[in-house]
Amino acid sequence: MAAKRQVRLTVNGTQYEASVEPRMTLVDFLRGELGLNGTHVGCEHGVCGACTILLEGRAVRACLMLAVQADGANIMTVEGLAPDGKLHPIQEAFIEEHGLQCGFCTPGFLMSVYELLHDNPNPSEEAILDSLGGNICRCTGYQSIRKSVRLAAEKVRTSSSAPQGG
Amino acid sequence: MKPPPFEYAAPGTVQEAIALLQQHEGEAKILAGGQSLMPLLNMRLARPGILIDLNKVTDLDYIRETNGALAIGAMTRKRTVEDSALVKSHQPLLHAATVLIAHPQIRNRGTVGGSMAQADPAAEYPAIAVALDAELQAAGPRGSRSIKASDFFVSYLTTALEPNEVLAEVRFPAVPRGTGWSVMEVARRHGDFAMTGVAVTTALDAKGQFSAARIVLFGVGPTPVRARAAEQVLTGQKPSEGLLAQAAQKVNDAIEEPLSDVHASAEYRRHLAQVLTRRALAEALTRTGTGQ
Repeated sequence: MAAKRQVRLTVNGTQYEASVEPRMTLVDFLRGELGLNGTHVGCEHGVCGACTILLEGRAVRACLMLAVQADGANIMTVEGLAPDGKLHPIQEAFIEEHGLQCGFCTPGFLMSVYELLHDNPNPSEEAILDSLGGNICRCTGYQSIRKSVRLAAEKVRTSSSAPQGG
Repeated sequence: MKPPPFEYAAPGTVQEAIALLQQHEGEAKILAGGQSLMPLLNMRLARPGILIDLNKVTDLDYIRETNGALAIGAMTRKRTVEDSALVKSHQPLLHAATVLIAHPQIRNRGTVGGSMAQADPAAEYPAIAVALDAELQAAGPRGSRSIKASDFFVSYLTTALEPNEVLAEVRFPAVPRGTGWSVMEVARRHGDFAMTGVAVTTALDAKGQFSAARIVLFGVGPTPVRARAAEQVLTGQKPSEGLLAQAAQKVNDAIEEPLSDVHASAEYRRHLAQVLTRRALAEALTRTGTGQ
């Protein structure tokens, strides 16, 4: 076993410090070491998008990064969307437009959509599809997710809680 | 699955990375964006003794323009390329190919150098490098050397890089004014690796005849495949639907043994290569000027 390494990082505004084996993926670290179980582990090879998080404000696969690589990083997970228990407009939109059924893929979708709307709160249909293309959902058939994103964009544009950098 | 154990080093400079490669020759693997290597580690298809992570080598992240030529640092993320106004204006083919790669979430991490060094035959960037006559700068213990894209891609997942060399930069020469271009591919789902794809560039002389054409296929062989016989069909001729179809037919001469797998049969890949070439040439022509 390789020697453990010390990592210091910020997740959802809270600083953490831990000692990890180099081979531990970031998603396993977030769930197993920090207890942030909102981020899901799906395919573990970057295809399904269930583990999508924001790294320095950018949506990335947490299964395709090592925890040691996140040393010094600023990360946002799905838990960061509703820090006080009050749902984010994107989450509300997913509920209102039935953007989820079993919910397994939802944390990943939410983080992809967060980046999309942060970059552009009035995205074209093409931009929406390009962003959603990186996440797989086996329940909804995607149409209700598209509707959710359009509603989320509307909500974000009119609310004061526009997505901030993660 | 979970990665097997490995040692980990995150050098801050290319020189340190090269020293680590020398020190651990044969058991080291370079980690760039990780969008290809991490899946291989997670599936235990790769078992390096040590990972040398280039993500702290921040001076390999740049896009510089000199007289229309672009030099792109190996650790530049694909998202940076996608968003770069310099790339859009000076290397539109590179920009168009970038947005075909996977998904935004992958492009946020994946790097230019990583795709080149991984040399997946179905990937867009190696074919684009060959189509645009890019040069790849390798840094090693004895200094730097420049490798032409046509010499860089040796075989399936194999490049001309020595075990102790690091890919530092990719240089794209200036594209002559009026050059037409197109990149097209067919994948089962948007963002998947292409079953077959093609990148083309075209130039017309003052008489409106092809003065140059470049056709590079991907996903049909162990490396990007340049269809020279098809290019020759075009040179000196006036564009017509019939001529493009004739050239497209000729791409088969360049395809030796296309991959045949669960995604697509060899026959289907050959078919795609022809159809895509014809369509890409037609699209490139709409963007082609008649020079000076």
